[in-house]
Amino acid sequence: MLLELTGISKRFGPVEVLSDVDLAIDAGEVCALVGDNGAGKSTLVKCVAGIHSVDGGEVRVDGEVRAISSPRDAAGLGIEVVYQDLALCDNLDVVENLFLGREKRRGILLDDDAMEQLAAETLSSLAVRTIRNLRQPVASLSGGQRQTVAIAKAVLWNSRLVILDEPTAALGVAQTRQVLELIRRLADQGLAVLYISHNLNDVFAVADRIAALYLGRMAAVLDAADTTQSQVVELITSGRSGQLGLTDQNGVRP
Amino acid sequence: MTTPVLPQDAETPPAAPAGPGATRAVLDHAKNYWAEVRSGEVGALPAVAGIIALCVFFGLSKPVFLSVGNLANLFGQGAAVACIAMGLVFVLILGEIDLSAGFASGVCASVMAVILTDWGLHWSLAIGAALATGVVIGLVLGTLVVKLGIPSFVVTLAAFLAFQGIVLMILDEGSNISINDETVKTIAGGNLERWQGWVLCALTIAAFGAIQVQRWRRRVARSLVHEPIAVVLARIGALGALLAAGVFLLNLERSANPQIISLTGVPVVVAIIGGLFAVWTFVLHRTRFGRHLYAVGGNPEAAVRAGVNVDRVRIAAFVICSGMAAVGGVVAASRAASVDPNTGGSNVLLLSVGAAVIGGASLFGGKGTVRAALLGGAVVAIINNGMGLMGLSAGVRFGVTGAVLLLAAGVDAMSRGRGKLFGRH
Repeated sequence: MLLELTGISKRFGPVEVLSDVDLAIDAGEVCALVGDNGAGKSTLVKCVAGIHSVDGGEVRVDGEVRAISSPRDAAGLGIEVVYQDLALCDNLDVVENLFLGREKRRGILLDDDAMEQLAAETLSSLAVRTIRNLRQPVASLSGGQRQTVAIAKAVLWNSRLVILDEPTAALGVAQTRQVLELIRRLADQGLAVLYISHNLNDVFAVADRIAALYLGRMAAVLDAADTTQSQVVELITSGRSGQLGLTDQNGVRP
Repeated sequence: MTTPVLPQDAETPPAAPAGPGATRAVLDHAKNYWAEVRSGEVGALPAVAGIIALCVFFGLSKPVFLSVGNLANLFGQGAAVACIAMGLVFVLILGEIDLSAGFASGVCASVMAVILTDWGLHWSLAIGAALATGVVIGLVLGTLVVKLGIPSFVVTLAAFLAFQGIVLMILDEGSNISINDETVKTIAGGNLERWQGWVLCALTIAAFGAIQVQRWRRRVARSLVHEPIAVVLARIGALGALLAAGVFLLNLERSANPQIISLTGVPVVVAIIGGLFAVWTFVLHRTRFGRHLYAVGGNPEAAVRAGVNVDRVRIAAFVICSGMAAVGGVVAASRAASVDPNTGGSNVLLLSVGAAVIGGASLFGGKGTVRAALLGGAVVAIINNGMGLMGLSAGVRFGVTGAVLLLAAGVDAMSRGRGKLFGRH
């Protein structure tokens, strides 16, 4: 397993946001993380990304226990996060955004041509055809194109696990499909993808496995192929569905 | 910022095409440029158009405006403001403002004058101390803004008042210190020999041409999207023609009485500003610092997440701004051959901010070039010079300059709005 979380718990003061969460993600698969608002999706992601420290439990990368205490640690382990609000600079062009903070240089000069070439190669390896001019400012791109740039930025650095936080939330139908195809391609290229979404249609379109959080606990992790949307909805809203899901303290499903 | 098209293309007719393919490439290029302008990327266009319009207007109403003597005069009048504006661009790109730049230049000029005249030390020490003062001022302002989080508007407004007082204290409650050092007076008052002007011109064109052609060849070698070679050559030719014409005109005799005193050659201050322009353009567009500066101005959050040391970039911008204000102060003192409590005061700051904004720097941050500061500085200098020649009162001149600044800020705001209308977020 590329990433294994066991018994992760996190509290903010008296509030237990995550309790005893297990999740494993392997290379080449898309794992969707679903759950209602406040279920702890974002907190879980931030624990993996090194923004929050965990209060209990273990994070294993390639089977080894790792302490991820800063975004830099996460990046060092090949974990990149694409946040909902994108974090692109509108006034910079596509290439400049892709390489921001990790510019290629010759001496003290920026090597813009090398960066442009590498950017073009990366985008074509992801079969991105929607962005023609790499030198246009990001401000002039559509929402789907911006999301594509943000994802490409995460992939550019030999990352192994890409975490996407609601990448299709603000997109139209066609653009959503483009982004979903891109997510699928990431996994097909051998990356692990953790995909957070509210939209179950999107989740079923792209995910191999679905992990449902309910009030800070992992209700179930299911194969998408053996699951129906209504089961997932029940897991999200009540934490259980038939034989699946959480039990009460006595191990009984009421 | 780094657009594949530079605005001078608009004024240059395409060079002789090599064939139908080349013609189409050049036409496509022009079309792309026009599309960019329409989408709100007006760049330096308004400033260039303004310079041409103003020159035609003042030239028609006061023919002496177009005389060679007045041309040289314009450089001297606009130099200090242009220097301060070049520094301000760095702060404006961050979306911050430095209201104290004018009086910072006054403080630095006073420091230089005291060391030079009162203490009688060497000019290099005096200028060095002035520049060091500017850097320290920038460090203090930048640290207050960045580390304590006080808005730059407030910090620099406070500094604006405080520096006014410091100038008075340095100058013993407002006395006037004259500057007699010949080297310092040469900065804004001297002219290059005729041959020096031509050598400088040739070197500049050669360097610009080499950089442009080399860049074009690298992009072709990597088979990246590149401009037609005709456009590259046209741009080099246009710059060369412009520079050569300028040197030729400035090398003409411009003294009223050539028998008594001969006045020819490119003003020294033009070479200084040209050098500063080249250095800062290089820093903005070819170094990591420049890239990070634009990133912080565009989206600080994104810059933080990308691992940019945002605090250091922001403080550095304030240091550059105040440092360039010091240069402006030295130039102003050199031109006036004296320093008094008004050096860097009255309208110097507003003209400098105006110059940067008129040239295309955005008050909203994320946008601006050193070239913008120079073009805007030219507009401001031409307005003041031309209206002075027409004998208009200071009141009218202030009013018109204010109106032009407002117009430029309006264009800035509107071009943002236009960007929003056309499919931007």
